[in-house]
Amino acid sequence: MSTVAIDLAGVSKTYEGKVVVDGLSFRVAAGECFGLLGPNGAGKSTIARMVLGMTSPDAGEITVLGVPVPARARLARARIGVVPQFDNLDLEFTVRENLLVFGRYFGMSTREVEAIIPSLLEFARLESKAHARVSELSGGMKRRLTLARALINDPQLIVMDEPTTGLDPHARHLIWERLRSLLASGKTIILTTHFMEEAERLCDRLCVLENGRKIAEGHPHALIEEQIGCQVIEIYGGNPHELHSLISPYAQRTEVSGETLFCYAPDPERVRLQLRGHAGLRLLQRPPNLEDVFLRLTGREMEK
Amino acid sequence: MRELCAAALPANAWNWIAVWRRNFLAWKKVALASILGNLADPMIYLFGLGFGLGVVVGRIDGAPYVAFLAGGMVATSAMTAATFETIYAAFARMHAQRTWEAILYTQLTLGDIVLGELAWAATKAFLAGTGITVVATLLGYAAWPSILYALPVIALTGLAFASLAMVITALAPSYDYFVFYQTLVLTPMLFLCGAVFPVAQLPNVFQLAAHFLPLAHAIDLIRPALLGRPAGDMGLHIGALCFYAVLPFFLSVALFRRRLMP
Repeated sequence: MSTVAIDLAGVSKTYEGKVVVDGLSFRVAAGECFGLLGPNGAGKSTIARMVLGMTSPDAGEITVLGVPVPARARLARARIGVVPQFDNLDLEFTVRENLLVFGRYFGMSTREVEAIIPSLLEFARLESKAHARVSELSGGMKRRLTLARALINDPQLIVMDEPTTGLDPHARHLIWERLRSLLASGKTIILTTHFMEEAERLCDRLCVLENGRKIAEGHPHALIEEQIGCQVIEIYGGNPHELHSLISPYAQRTEVSGETLFCYAPDPERVRLQLRGHAGLRLLQRPPNLEDVFLRLTGREMEK
Repeated sequence: MRELCAAALPANAWNWIAVWRRNFLAWKKVALASILGNLADPMIYLFGLGFGLGVVVGRIDGAPYVAFLAGGMVATSAMTAATFETIYAAFARMHAQRTWEAILYTQLTLGDIVLGELAWAATKAFLAGTGITVVATLLGYAAWPSILYALPVIALTGLAFASLAMVITALAPSYDYFVFYQTLVLTPMLFLCGAVFPVAQLPNVFQLAAHFLPLAHAIDLIRPALLGRPAGDMGLHIGALCFYAVLPFFLSVALFRRRLMP
């Protein structure tokens, strides 16, 4: 068994004259959680579709679980579980029926699927909902059912496109916790997200994308350390451009985004001192995060 | 390129069954309403026209008009059931409900899905056509046991029309386009193919056109079976229906590949 789960080499894709993925290369090791992080339109979903063989690259090579994709994608997909961006569960079916029908697509007999349904329901915390119609489930429950459905073929690799978009914080945390337990059991996960927090909490490594190009790659904390490496003070309530000239001697770097002045300061106390006496300012001091990395690399905030 | 073709065509001879079973499970939940809906329309035509017009028309080729009409209505009901299942229900599964997307993420191919959908539409056509055949037989307007010959033809008719409709489904941007197929293709076929009156009544040029229409071939096989008479040119008719079942299948798979896997 190869230790590389996904290998993209020089992959490009153009839709109707627009470059969506531009000479992208990355490798995902078996057992790691790899994140594709970027704003809407960065090409994340297209990459996920290409990994599954749903879209053919115009240039470059893709290998997934040792199999060339899209040429032999069917072989790869037999060992992949997919959590798509938009729920595509069968609404007229019950939770149990959804799993049953899906197992059959992998060539499993009714008996084989029925044997694993209890453990999948337990994993998804849906034991009490086995006979509920999908249309009666909450958004978080639907997402967990989609996740359980993706595990029906006991996949080595799980591809997730925006797994927690549209969920409330409680439902999101439950999904994250479930994903961590999958990683602990040795599964490989590739996920796309525009949530910095999600990427930071879950991913062993990240590929930060903008307009289909890789702008950074690495462990989230290493990226933060390498790109920012100091405390951040967010300053609201004043004219960011005036404040900028006031504090820039004491800041390693500043960025203006909308009404907010981001100040990257090795010595935050000196910045605070400079701003003392300015009425109406609100200051928020915090450790750096991936949002700052993105802002640094692209000069703009990621759309929420 | 060859590998990409292989990725779209059916992967094996049995994958489609999982898709058929999915649709069967969904249908079981609404079976009664679905059966009534599929039977009501052709029954109303059969008995409304059969008894109403039958008085005026009298006998056709020695058979009461309602018995003549039965073969036409059986074939037409198979055509309509297969077409509607494909352009409305299968389109919804492909488009709004994203059911096909979910299936494509498993080890099934587009060809497997399309084949399963066609087999399912043919099954519904078979149920509708057989239902009318049974009613006509019980009332004495169709001959037992020769109606048994009609049953596989009903299924094949369903397959041919499902396959044709699948091409329309692959091309249509939204539901609104299906009405053109209904009014410009299906309805004229009803009158060109001898469903309600003999093709011989038509001007020559239309008679010639009827030779190329699948419904005419279906009726030429089903009507004699229901009337208990021998059918002529069986090989030609079966061949024509097979042609309409197979060729559009490949065409629709190619079109779906372009649409769903750009």
